Amino acid sequence: MYDIGTLYQAETVEHACRLLLEHPEAQVLAGGSDVLVQIREGRRAGKDFVDIYMLDELRGVSIDDEENIRIGSLTSFSHITKDPIIQKYINVLGEAVDMVGGPQIRAIGTIGGNTCNGVTSADSASTLMAWDAVMEVTGTEGVRRVPIKDWYIKAKQVDLRAGEIQTAILIPKESYENCFGHYIKYSMRNALDIATTGCSVNVRLSDDKSTFERVRIGYGVASPVPVRAPSAEEFINGKEITGENIKLFSEMVLEDINPRDSWRAGRALRRHISVVMADRAIRECVRLAGGEVHE
Amino acid sequence: MSKQYKVVHCTINGKEIEQVVDVRSSLADMLRNDLRLTSVKKGCEVGECGACTVIINGEGFNSCIYLAVWAEGKEIWTLEGLTGPGGELSDIQQAFIDEGAIQCGFCSPGFILTSWEIVNAGVEYTDDQLRKLLSGHLCRCTGYENIFRAVKKTMLRHLGKFEEAELVDSQGITEYPEPMPFK
Ligand code: FES
Ligand code: FES
Repeated sequence: MYDIGTLYQAETVEHACRLLLEHPEAQVLAGGSDVLVQIREGRRAGKDFVDIYMLDELRGVSIDDEENIRIGSLTSFSHITKDPIIQKYINVLGEAVDMVGGPQIRAIGTIGGNTCNGVTSADSASTLMAWDAVMEVTGTEGVRRVPIKDWYIKAKQVDLRAGEIQTAILIPKESYENCFGHYIKYSMRNALDIATTGCSVNVRLSDDKSTFERVRIGYGVASPVPVRAPSAEEFINGKEITGENIKLFSEMVLEDINPRDSWRAGRALRRHISVVMADRAIRECVRLAGGEVHE
Repeated sequence: MSKQYKVVHCTINGKEIEQVVDVRSSLADMLRNDLRLTSVKKGCEVGECGACTVIINGEGFNSCIYLAVWAEGKEIWTLEGLTGPGGELSDIQQAFIDEGAIQCGFCSPGFILTSWEIVNAGVEYTDDQLRKLLSGHLCRCTGYENIFRAVKKTMLRHLGKFEEAELVDSQGITEYPEPMPFK
C-alpha cells in the first residue's frame, strides 16, 4: 500500500489539466518509476496525485501533418526502442532509452516523465537536446510548444505552468532528416544504473561525405541540466572529416560543460570522459553516415 | 482523507476478474492479498529486484511499482498461470529445476516469468542479449549461471534446436562477455 493522500484519476487530457488547477498541491503521476519510489522513501509520502497513466491517447509514435516525429509523452521506453519510425529516423533515441534501468523499468518508464522530472542524468535528455526536440505542453487554455533549449529552467525544474501537462515530444523534420546519431552512457554497471555522464552526438555530412555539414552534441550530467556544446559545434560545422578536427572538437567541449563533483564521480573524471565520449561518439556517427575519418 | 476504493476489471491467468481495491494498493498488493497469488514476491518494493515481476499485455513489469487501478482492462499473467490444469510444470519451470537454477526460490517466480516471455518470443537471442533481458532480476543465491543456462536451453528447444541445447556449456557454446568500460 502506498502512502498516497488522494489519487485523482484523469480520464482525458483536459480533465487532467482541470484536476491540476482544482488541486494545485497535487503532483502528476505518470509511469511512477520515480514518483512511486519517492512515496515509498517518504519524500512524497501523503501527497495528492493526479494520475495520468491511463490516458492511452498519450501513447505511440507517429509522423504528424508537419512531418514532425511525434512521440506521445506516455510512450514507454521499451515501445520507443521497438518503434519502426524511431528505428528509421532517430534510432539513437531508441538505443539511449534502452539503457535506462532494466527491462521492467523500461516497460513502465515514460519519455514524458523522463523529461518532466528535469533530471540531468535522464538517458533520453541528451539525445533530445542534441536533436532540438520540441515539447508540446497542453493546458486548459490550449497547446504551446517549448523548444528543449528553453525547457530546463534549473535542476529538477522545467517550463510547466499551473494546470499544464506535457502531451508530446516533437522532432522536426529539419532536425532528423539525413542525420545519424550515437549515444554513449558511462556508468559503473551495465544495468540498473544511472549515467555518470551521457553524451549524444549526431551528424549530417555533406553530399560527397567529405565535410561535416551539421554536428550537434548534447550531454547529461555535465551541468545541472542537460546541455549542448555550442563552441565545439560551431568549430566543427563545415570542417573536413579528419582525426585532427575531431580531436579539436572533442577538447573544445570543455569550454561548454561544467560538471560537478558528486558521490557518483568527480569533476575531473567527468571532464575527462566527456572528451573521450565526444571523440568516440562522433566517429561512430561518421561511420553510420557512411563517411570516413581521414587521420 | 476518506478511503477511496475502485472496482478493477482485468484478466488474470486467463480468467476474467472483478476486484474492489483500495486506490493506494500496488498491483503486487492486489495479487498477493486480495487474490492470494503469492508467487508474486516482494523483495525491495522499489523496482530494483524483479521478484514481483508479472507479465502485463505481453511485457514484464514490476508489480510493486504499478498501481492496482492501472490493471483495468489488462491481461496479466503470474507464475500460477504457467502450470497445466493438473499442476503440471511448464518446460521453463522444469528447466529451472533441472539446471539447479533455484536455491531459496525467492527470485524464481519473477525470473521464470521474464524467461517465459523470452522463450516465447521465437527469437534466438545472443548471450549478451539474454543477459540484458534478464538484467532486471537479482538473485542472491545461484550466481546466475544456472539460470542463464536454463533460459538458453529452453529458448533453443523452443526453436527446435535440441542438439544445440544439449551442448550449452558442456562444449563451451556459452560465450562469456569481455568486461567493457563503455557501452
Ligand atoms: S519487489 Fe518489486 S522490484 Fe523488488
Ligand atoms: S534462488 Fe535465492 S534469490 Fe535466487
